[in-house]
Amino acid sequence: MKFGVVVFPGTWSDRDCGWVIDQVLGADLTYLWHKDTDLKGCDCVILPGGFAYGDYLRTGAIARFAPVMEQIGEFADRGGLVWGICNGFQVLCEAGLLPGALIRNASLEFRCEWTNLVVERTDLPYTSKCEEREVLRAPIAHGEGSYFADPATLSRLEQRGQVVFRYCDANGRVVPNANPNGSLHNIAGIVNARGNVLGMMPHPERCSEAELGGTDGLKLFRSVAENALKALVS
Amino acid sequence: MDERRLREVALTPDEYKAIVERLRRAPNEVELGMLGVLWSEHCSYKSSKPLLRRLPSSGQGVLQGPGENAGAVNIGEGWAAVFKIESHNHPSAIEPYQGAATGVGGIIRDVIAMGARPIALLDSLRFGPLPASARHFEGVVAGIGGYGNCIGIPTVGGEIYFDECYANNPLVNAMCVGLVRTDELMRARAEGTGNSILLVGADTGRDGIHGASFASVELDESSSERRPAVQVGNPFLEKCLLEACMDLSHTDAVVAIQDLGAAGLTSAVAECAGRVEGAGAVIDVALVPRRERGMTSYDVMLSESQERMLVVVRRGREREVESIFNAWDLTSAVIGQVTDDGLLTVVDGSDEVARLPVNLLTDGAPVRRLVGVAPEPPFGLEIDALPPLADPGATLLKLLASPNLSSRRGVFRRYDHMVGDATVVPPGGDAAMLRVKGTRLGLAMTTDCNARYCHLDPHLGAQLAVAEAARNIVATGARPLAVTDCLNFANPDRPEVYWELEETIAGLAYACRTLDLPVVSGNVSLYNDSNGESAIYPTPVVGMIGAIDDYNKRLGAGFRGEGDFVLLIGSSHNDLGGSEYLKVEHGHVAGRPPALDLTREQAVNRVVLAAAQSGYLHSAHDCAEGGMLVALAECCLLSGVGVRCPAVRPEPPLRLDAAFFGESPSRFIVSVASRAMPELQSLARRHNVELALLGLAGGDSLEFEGQLKITLDELRQAWEVMVP
Repeated sequence: MKFGVVVFPGTWSDRDCGWVIDQVLGADLTYLWHKDTDLKGCDCVILPGGFAYGDYLRTGAIARFAPVMEQIGEFADRGGLVWGICNGFQVLCEAGLLPGALIRNASLEFRCEWTNLVVERTDLPYTSKCEEREVLRAPIAHGEGSYFADPATLSRLEQRGQVVFRYCDANGRVVPNANPNGSLHNIAGIVNARGNVLGMMPHPERCSEAELGGTDGLKLFRSVAENALKALVS
Repeated sequence: MDERRLREVALTPDEYKAIVERLRRAPNEVELGMLGVLWSEHCSYKSSKPLLRRLPSSGQGVLQGPGENAGAVNIGEGWAAVFKIESHNHPSAIEPYQGAATGVGGIIRDVIAMGARPIALLDSLRFGPLPASARHFEGVVAGIGGYGNCIGIPTVGGEIYFDECYANNPLVNAMCVGLVRTDELMRARAEGTGNSILLVGADTGRDGIHGASFASVELDESSSERRPAVQVGNPFLEKCLLEACMDLSHTDAVVAIQDLGAAGLTSAVAECAGRVEGAGAVIDVALVPRRERGMTSYDVMLSESQERMLVVVRRGREREVESIFNAWDLTSAVIGQVTDDGLLTVVDGSDEVARLPVNLLTDGAPVRRLVGVAPEPPFGLEIDALPPLADPGATLLKLLASPNLSSRRGVFRRYDHMVGDATVVPPGGDAAMLRVKGTRLGLAMTTDCNARYCHLDPHLGAQLAVAEAARNIVATGARPLAVTDCLNFANPDRPEVYWELEETIAGLAYACRTLDLPVVSGNVSLYNDSNGESAIYPTPVVGMIGAIDDYNKRLGAGFRGEGDFVLLIGSSHNDLGGSEYLKVEHGHVAGRPPALDLTREQAVNRVVLAAAQSGYLHSAHDCAEGGMLVALAECCLLSGVGVRCPAVRPEPPLRLDAAFFGESPSRFIVSVASRAMPELQSLARRHNVELALLGLAGGDSLEFEGQLKITLDELRQAWEVMVP
């Protein structure tokens, strides 16, 4: 099992994801440079947080043209695990690997704080180690994380059960007060129809050790480590 | 020489005379501009230099003192902490967002130049009251976030104070902390004749010309016309620059790295050469990559375009280094060579445009011997004339909601304070703490200064700032190690301001010597006044770092659980002078700041550190502005655990208002498991430190029987007034 962490110029969660994979989880790790044209045999590709290419035009708008993205698109088509976190989620939406878009937070401010997430799918390679409707604590850190999609896309996502994480209160209730950024339907993370491409705004790599305030994020990394090989085979 | 031209480059006729005498000729235009910026107060410290020598700068563990891009201390296990604080006040007054953003960018480059990876940022901010100063406040907070969040370095601490005296002159002091292996610590010394000088990063434009001079005069009506002297930041570019510089550590081709900050290329080259006896440099401005056409040699040498670094490379190894920058799509160009003639020679192709002795640039500015005269002493405080405390609960709520004491969560949640996976004590408590990954070391960091105290008594106020910073470090369980300081003052040509500067530095020196805290880096920002009036309070911001051997023994400020004993360590006096209580409840800024006994301070710190080390303590919080009751409320609010206490019956002469809201230093609120009480008591006795049981942690309100009882919800509502 090998994780590949993509590094665009301006990415900063690469080292944090790498730390968790290498030091906490103890799995194999390789960094994928944005100019790379092969995925070095990775079983799961992570698009981490940051400001790829400065996010000057629109978050993720330029990153989707990076050479490495072509391989990632093909890898996803083959059923490979592609996991976008924060800026990576924005890139996946821009690249068309996930529907919808992330727009400016409703507060119009950057937000770095802890949130609660209710897990709505546990049959995915990313969440198999979570309980049904478990509430995870995970931090967010973004200025443009408000999930938006047109009504048709949104209802399709809901009908097909593609919403994986929703912002909720400590008791798992999906209420407006628990929504930190104005996301439609409190959406914090979605998966594609096939279930192999996940995008989420919260940072699991920031809550994988007790000293950082929580270990719920590690459940996702553990799930992937267990399932990545199966995903490719199936 | 035309006086108007001299004023433009901020030189006095006497200074011009000194230049002509030394050169034995008149400087040309380019040389005049170069000397003007390097002899500005901002670069030369010509008014403060003789005073700054009084600060202790050496000590056990100091790897690099003042004089480099940043200071460095040994924190153990082969690691050095590199850190520095710097002001960006004038630019932030004119253009708050970019002023603050480029302040952050500049201090990050100082740490990178030492070969260290920046791991944390802190910002010490001062504004006029809201809402009048909202433009400054909003712009600065957004600029700090805009830069720090994008570059991916966590902003973990700092302070914000509001006072009328900063209405025209907001203060923005940015501190950066980095880590490097002790044997990989770099120094920006232009060693080796014939070695190449590379300019890396952003192309050079006309932005920021005369920025250093601008920072060395008072603001006036025309200041907004200086907006072009404020640079524009590009954190994305700096992120690439940062990573490329980190990659440089894999090669031994690099001799030195130097930040281009105030006074741009002129200062960077002169400083780098000036650190090596007899070294000089030749720079060809024609080789400098430019952003715009028609730039003169003068423009190129004085530009303060951001996100640029100077790299000295061993001769013949330029390709190797350039390929590292190429990988990050960064422009790099060889623009000159190191020489051994002690001269900074600037050529434009085949034409020589400037030729100046390096030491004339770096050390030539005549020291200004200013005269300090003590002003009228501030208003005394007739403490017996104060009415007795009527309703401590109502006063507490008022204080918690006051601008200087209310929760800063609304601000720090706009900063990414977690990136890096190292923040083990987040902002909101006393000091922040970051772990050193791969070890159990924790690095605590804080900035502190109560400028109201400094205004009332600069000597004592400066000592209190050092003590407060140290206490914040100790509250996390870490040992204070070293200091960086940012001295913000008004126009030192005014005798009472220079007196403040003298007194402040004497106070800092005394406290740092006594507490064994070397000052390893720092910055002076003068002329923080407008139109010859509205001077700021003397504001010597103390940045401090400390270390703990095992971060699993760190302490937070919030209570940990129900049933713990809550204690006050240290003794309380009638210290209402300069207090928030006096200002908020009675509308006075008067009296003498709290008396400080540094020997007692050390004893109290020893008790807390020993108790933390032995694992007796569950939490520790410094008693600061707002006194014991505000500190206690914060312990509750940070944890969601209340406290029940019997009534406070102070022994005369201690007044009830002073017991609750007095700001006596050298005090902590701690919580302990009841079974640890005997050990803690004997520890306190051994150090001759007072220990008083306040009450028991638990419940959902803060209660002093018969005196006040307020639910945590009510407290929070008052405290989080700034959190929309």
